[in-house]
Amino acid sequence: MNLFRSLLAAGLCVAGVLSASAADKLTVGFSQIGAESAWRTANTDSIKNEAEKRGIKLQFADAQQKQENQIKALRSFIAQGVDVIAFSPVVETGWEPVLREIKRAGIPVVLSDRAVKVSDPSLFVTFIGSDFVEEGRKAGRWLVEKTGGKAVIAELTGTPGAAPAIDRKKGFEEIISTHPEMKIIKSQSGDFTRAKGKEVMESFLKSPEGKQITVLYAHNDDMALGAIQAIEEAGLKPGKDIVIVSIDGVKGAFEAMAAGKLNCTVECNPLIGPQLFDLIKKVAAGQSVAKRIAVEEGVYDESQAAAELPKRQY
Amino acid sequence: MWIDLVFWAGFAGLLWVNRSRPVFWPLLALGLLLLFNRFTTPGFFDLEIRDGRLYGSLVDVINQGSKVMLLALGMTLVIATGGVDLSVGAIMAIAGAVLAQVVGVAHLSVTVAIVAALAAGLLAGAWNGLLVAGLRIQPIVATLILMVAGRGIAQLITDGQIINFEQPALVFLGNGSLFGLPFTLTLVLAMFIFTALLVRGTALGLFIEAVGDNETASHFTGLSAQRVKFLVYVFAGFCAGLAGLVAASNIKSADANHAGLYLELDAILAVVVGGTALTGGRFQLAGSLVGALLIQTLSTTLYARNVSADIAPVPKAIVILAVCLLQSPVLRGKIARLGRFLPKTKGGAA
Repeated sequence: MNLFRSLLAAGLCVAGVLSASAADKLTVGFSQIGAESAWRTANTDSIKNEAEKRGIKLQFADAQQKQENQIKALRSFIAQGVDVIAFSPVVETGWEPVLREIKRAGIPVVLSDRAVKVSDPSLFVTFIGSDFVEEGRKAGRWLVEKTGGKAVIAELTGTPGAAPAIDRKKGFEEIISTHPEMKIIKSQSGDFTRAKGKEVMESFLKSPEGKQITVLYAHNDDMALGAIQAIEEAGLKPGKDIVIVSIDGVKGAFEAMAAGKLNCTVECNPLIGPQLFDLIKKVAAGQSVAKRIAVEEGVYDESQAAAELPKRQY
Repeated sequence: MWIDLVFWAGFAGLLWVNRSRPVFWPLLALGLLLLFNRFTTPGFFDLEIRDGRLYGSLVDVINQGSKVMLLALGMTLVIATGGVDLSVGAIMAIAGAVLAQVVGVAHLSVTVAIVAALAAGLLAGAWNGLLVAGLRIQPIVATLILMVAGRGIAQLITDGQIINFEQPALVFLGNGSLFGLPFTLTLVLAMFIFTALLVRGTALGLFIEAVGDNETASHFTGLSAQRVKFLVYVFAGFCAGLAGLVAASNIKSADANHAGLYLELDAILAVVVGGTALTGGRFQLAGSLVGALLIQTLSTTLYARNVSADIAPVPKAIVILAVCLLQSPVLRGKIARLGRFLPKTKGGAA
């Protein structure tokens, strides 16, 4: 079995080398942040699978949450002379020197999922990623439609200072503020985790205003899943007594929706492989592309949950 | 109304009984914090019966605080030997991961899962003990290894996914109630009594304090300091395993990335607030429990008062600082001296 496997692997290698030398394949260097969450793993898989499907040669490097690893990887991409460099920066700042080196080498850069702060915007060609503010707006819009513009809202925010937490709050409040009968009476951080989401929801429900809460808005699905348990333990029906909307669109959220315990989830799509490589192809061909490209993301409610559930990959 | 009266009379009695013990200070701080909530945080003391169980913020304090209380029991003994265990949070994640993997993925029985999870905790503790007692690596470094690696191990076990489980017996562990009170309270009390009997009913407590006070001297009296040290790390690992079970059961899933994150710091804080010195030696088991309760009461208070998470660490730090200052003999001496030497004015100086 083992021998068979290694023979097979060797065969594949030879085949790979042959085909690589045969056709003039596009070579892309991609530096990923790490593997810190299921979302990130799905993101990585999507990129790898799409590259394989399209026959693009992908040099993949995992930075393990460290900027120095990522800079090293970017320099090695220059040395290898890849056609396009794409990466998800670990942090926002400190990229100018290495990006300038890349520019001098004449390699176009595509940012994926996270942005960088640079004084010279020509250092990268385009940025493709989720628009967190828009996700907040989508949650708000869905809620307006669902409740007819009347709601007493409790909000579970993400980790203080995190970009998705700030932006998802901003987008949501933008929509809510135009409806005078929708107000947020409780807002507290649940740290993006189930345990904290549950703990904070418990305290929301026990406050004197707790009985008025008709809606829960959670900045991610995990906090909503924790809060659902707190609501059940308080003897209420999540999804009915309290309408729940959250963001991310992970599998657990779809399961909860199928069980009628969650009402809506706004997708934050990690499966950007197809869109990313469409973009990379254009960039490699020298076509002009927009500086900021939003990932295609949907809004799913209970009615779609059962049909969508088997398709969820993460 | 009379329940209120009984509660405060009981608390005052508790303070009076412990007036000359070290546990007095954290207890006093807890009492003051509760008193503050009684009058300024609406609904904090509201209790009602829902679905045959007690329901209210105070119940949440006990249930959510149980994890740190369990950790603090093990941590107290480790700190008493002059060591520290930074890996307990990561061990919680490992225990939760093992639990969820055994019932959720391998579909074995609940008993097997619990035994496996606790065994994982013991094993992790034995690893720490081996490094500290066997190889004489400094505790802060030795346990740092598992603190960093442990979460990775937990991720490896769960394959980076959050694994859910629904088995009623497991869910009961962290959410169920016994006699209307959270089951976790029973669990913590049972562990407390067991630990107290272990260290105060036998000479073990004395050994631990001796090792913490002066390892060389205790060695010359014929005590195997290394064996005592090994034992306390194994015990801390067991406590962390138990806390990991409670944490996983509480959210009906194993979240390897976040379970027990930073709880080692809360546990150390609880022990210190409870009156045990980080330098080792004498330890206060009950004090650590009170310290853990104080920390959780603080968190719940901040939630209940809608204090934003951005600034929540500030009031927390102030209360902790106040308790530490209350316990400082140097400061207490200074204040007493100040009172004695200052000229007596109307209203009194200090």
